[in-house]
Amino acid sequence: MYVLGIDTATRVAGAAVIGEDRLISERFVNNLKTHSQNIIPMIRQVMEDAGIKPKHLHGIAVTGGPGSFTGLRIGMSVAKTMGLALNIPVLGISTLRALAWNVYLAEGLICPILDARKHEVYTCLYRFAGRDLEEMAEPAALSLEGLLSRLSRFKREKITFLGDGVPVYGDTIKEKLGERAFFAAMIHSFPRASAVAELGLARLKESRLSDSTFLQPVYLRKSEAELTWETKHGHTSV
Amino acid sequence: MKNIFILGIETSCDETSAAVVADGRTVMSNIISSQVPVHQKFGGVVPEIASRKHVELITSVIREALNEARVDFEDLSAVAVTYGPGLVGALLVGVSAAKALAYTLDLPLVGINHIEGHIYANFLANPSLEFPMICLVVSGGHTDLVYLESHGSFKLLGRTRDDAAGEAFDKVARAMGLGYPGGPLVDRLAAAGGNPVALDFPRAYLENDSLDFSFSGLKSSALNYLNNAAMKNEEVSQADLAASFQQAVVDVLVDKALAAAQRYNVKTVLLAGGVAANTRLRNDLSEKANHLGVIVKYPPPVLCTDNAAMVACAGYYKYIRGDFAPLTLNAVAGLKLGVDKY
Ligand SMILES: [Zn+2]
Repeated sequence: MYVLGIDTATRVAGAAVIGEDRLISERFVNNLKTHSQNIIPMIRQVMEDAGIKPKHLHGIAVTGGPGSFTGLRIGMSVAKTMGLALNIPVLGISTLRALAWNVYLAEGLICPILDARKHEVYTCLYRFAGRDLEEMAEPAALSLEGLLSRLSRFKREKITFLGDGVPVYGDTIKEKLGERAFFAAMIHSFPRASAVAELGLARLKESRLSDSTFLQPVYLRKSEAELTWETKHGHTSV
Repeated sequence: MKNIFILGIETSCDETSAAVVADGRTVMSNIISSQVPVHQKFGGVVPEIASRKHVELITSVIREALNEARVDFEDLSAVAVTYGPGLVGALLVGVSAAKALAYTLDLPLVGINHIEGHIYANFLANPSLEFPMICLVVSGGHTDLVYLESHGSFKLLGRTRDDAAGEAFDKVARAMGLGYPGGPLVDRLAAAGGNPVALDFPRAYLENDSLDFSFSGLKSSALNYLNNAAMKNEEVSQADLAASFQQAVVDVLVDKALAAAQRYNVKTVLLAGGVAANTRLRNDLSEKANHLGVIVKYPPPVLCTDNAAMVACAGYYKYIRGDFAPLTLNAVAGLKLGVDKY
């Protein structure tokens, strides 16, 4: 069983091929070149390194948000279309869950934070229950105050923060939480296509599959136009 | 002989479209999922919402195009995709999908300029067209006069210096309370007994030899007329306003297109783009061209609006020339006609 992992959710781009028992090939770049130009050649490279052809894949896993709107759409469009052409499942994996997977079996709580601009972070809260990640709070776009208030109900536990929100908010978090706040190593701070693929493979094995025809990224934030419209007309969805 | 099937993909604005065209001329399928209802309440296309809709719909639209054409992925010869000009976020969805297909199925990738696509809608309708020609491309985003020397050889003779013709239609229609998109609504209203000489609107011909356009003065003049009438509490004849405004746009488009045909000694003038579906434009251009011995051709309305069949058709001619794009192809929001940027 082979699964291709694709990630273009943040400023880094990644592609990886995993088999049932091992990571076979992976590429990761953080060079600020556009994901649109990078991602297909990266996929081609990891497939060649793994020595397999697209028709040998059993599934495709892709970071399904949150993240950069454009980045998410590039990865999702590639994954969905490959899935269609190969007639195999496409799995959208939460960017935040993939990040938490980087600190496998970490003690206490895991709090990924992605810089969402506008003084907010995309965040979620996890804890390892056995070998599985348990979601302790909903994924959301929160201000730092909102995040700290969410964390305030956990009084004593150690919390590991990671993601590209750490360079922006890490100091303040350290100030507020003191000894309880830990930060992941630099190399674990970005989503990895291999983690996306591993989480995808697990879902594939459990056969927890849903139709991916209309699959789309989880943005966690509406467009400006909708927000403006809602302030004028009251809440309704598009 | 085996058919050459090209899959076309178009996501440059608010239509998610995929099509299969055989041998550059037979439209096997042309699936267009319009987002117009989604954008209507905002009074125009919202780029972020358009991009989101494209991702949601892209694979179902491609699958439907293949199903309706009764063609399998293995039967395809190439994938052609619009990579500019347009909304960059929207373009990226189609470009990513096309590259994913080209890589997965090991097919040649063909990058198409959206305007080139509009022009080639004419070859679907009339494959035997003879070069050289002039094409007037008019839509919500463009007003371009193009000289076509041969397949793939374009020369831009003139373009709008401000609003596109379709944009002027949309803005005036919105001010009249007609809704969005405005072109077809103005066309219908004018045809319903509107007097095209009831109101005297300015026609901007610019410098003597210029083939450029300008519609912002005309647009302002129509908007001022509405404002003044509202201030004086005067009743406005919607039909007369629509007809007179439309006539002013059409007169300039027709005169410039025919001036270009005469200057370049061309016997065929093509219409392309959403506004090419305007009945007044079609009729006036055909009639005046007839006096000059110039033939006017235009595609059926469904091929005038944004659609992927036109992209697949343009893709066919590039495919037979071996003009392929690399898998690093990117979306280019301001892509110029005739200058590919791979
Ligand atoms: Zn168009």
